Amino acid sequence: MSIRERMSGNEAVAYAIKQINPDVMPAFPITPSTEIPQMVSTYIANGEMDTEFIPVESEHSSMSATMGASAAGARALTATSSCGLAYMWELLYVAASDRLPLVLALVNRALTGPININCDHSDSMGARDSGWIQIYAENNQEAYDNFIQSFRISEHPDVMLPFMACQDGFITSHAVENIELIEDDKVKAFVGDYNPENYLLNADMPMAIGPYATSPFYMETKMNQRLAMKNAKKVILEVAEEFEKISGRKYGFFEEYKLEDAEIAIVIMGSAAGTTKDAIDALRDKGIKAGLLKIRVFRPFPGEEIAEALKNVKAVAILDRAESFSACGGPVGSEVKAALYDAKVGVTAVNYFYGIGGRDYTVESATSVFEDLMKIADGSMEPEQFKYVGLRK
Amino acid sequence: MKKNIEIRWHGRGGQGAKTAALLLADVAFNTGMHVQGFPEYGPERMGAPITAYNRIGDSPIRVHSNIYNPDYVVVVDETLLHSVDVTKGLSKDGAIVINTTKEKDEIIPLLNGYEGKVYIIDARKVSMATLGKYFPNSPMLAAIVKVAHIMDEEVFLSQMEASYQHKFAKKPEVIEGNMNALKMAFEEVK
Repeated sequence: MSIRERMSGNEAVAYAIKQINPDVMPAFPITPSTEIPQMVSTYIANGEMDTEFIPVESEHSSMSATMGASAAGARALTATSSCGLAYMWELLYVAASDRLPLVLALVNRALTGPININCDHSDSMGARDSGWIQIYAENNQEAYDNFIQSFRISEHPDVMLPFMACQDGFITSHAVENIELIEDDKVKAFVGDYNPENYLLNADMPMAIGPYATSPFYMETKMNQRLAMKNAKKVILEVAEEFEKISGRKYGFFEEYKLEDAEIAIVIMGSAAGTTKDAIDALRDKGIKAGLLKIRVFRPFPGEEIAEALKNVKAVAILDRAESFSACGGPVGSEVKAALYDAKVGVTAVNYFYGIGGRDYTVESATSVFEDLMKIADGSMEPEQFKYVGLRK
Repeated sequence: MKKNIEIRWHGRGGQGAKTAALLLADVAFNTGMHVQGFPEYGPERMGAPITAYNRIGDSPIRVHSNIYNPDYVVVVDETLLHSVDVTKGLSKDGAIVINTTKEKDEIIPLLNGYEGKVYIIDARKVSMATLGKYFPNSPMLAAIVKVAHIMDEEVFLSQMEASYQHKFAKKPEVIEGNMNALKMAFEEVK
């Protein structure tokens, strides 16, 4: 029997960390992820877990220490947001190329300018090409469930890549909602022990980690990273299938909501997906065939599968919660459109922006996007790219 | 599908409006409901206006936005009536509950023509009488539970007692005062 509880998204991740009881957690606080290391250190102080907690003086150090612990052979993780992730930047690439299976609890927050503490995806989207697996949560339940699956995916011998478990800052991290927790023993059995094949503290097999790679070797390391990312697709689905057996909750690369017979659809990630579902139900009551594709796994990017799922809709809006300032589309929009092109799916696609710097995305926001799509689908409106949803007049 | 109840709290930083919203989520959760409790975050500081929200109902809650058309509004600090449009979007089939020392006929003209029900309670009087200090959130919590019929009063009191026993495990002497504040608030809200 699962445990009925109520928790915020941060509490849910801290609880998952307690259940996993990793070896090492270095951390430096930053809003809105601060509560995660705070709660974990309380669990440790109360004797409920025995993780080695390392308070450090910056995020550069928290990521360095997490990588050091992971390279030594420990199961290690940390948490951060926004500028904290930016301060880890150079190390994100090193962690991925060193093939360190560590986990980062990322609570998405705008990357400042002007100063802002609220949610958007500009922090993790900036890191999308750093070689990390990225999985996004709609609510506290998914933040918890994704976290429990994280080490299994990351540590798989065919993967060995760092894992970013993302949730929306404040919107889910600080909202208390119902949640179904899984019993400690089931979580521990599911996650299992970490027995690395190669690690620095193995005196029988000395090794170097992170050496210089000259040009004749460098591209091959990148190709290996790409193969690992491709392997992650298979492993993510295998782990999800096993997770369903202990939780009853089904996960894939993305969730389709009333998409099967949909004529118009929104593609979105994170907490805005739930709000979009409420808009869809109201439209369906009026006979309008609206649907949703909620991307869960952004890295590796399930392009072929997304294109297949969208092939029968007449018009689709891909909503980005981060600017890329290419003036030619956002990160999710560009990749979904490229996937549609490669699969020769000729659906009319617009790419809008929403929720930047915490701008509220409401049921009405989603409905306004669907209203555009209805007009685009029946030919009464020319598709307009790169609109800002909810922009003040 | 039965519509969820939506509540918006207006208070000032440090008065416990956020805590009250989270406590309401807790107590509703404990009686088997689906809940959401969350504050609106920004550059907070003591005394600045803050907003917190609750959604409560029998079915799972998927929407993740602020609440613009609440069924109920709770005003923890009456000085906000001059600076914040507290009845904005409030359903006229719902109600507003205001912590004030004034009478209803003095308060109603401050509500921008709001046509729904208006309830008042002197949470300072309740708090001083039962706790000897000014903590408006317990009286306001009881007031909204009564006004919005969120649950049976007896169920609420027994749930809150359990919650206080947990929350105040290290200072049990304040539990009785808080319980009396809730009971007195039930009588005082009008």
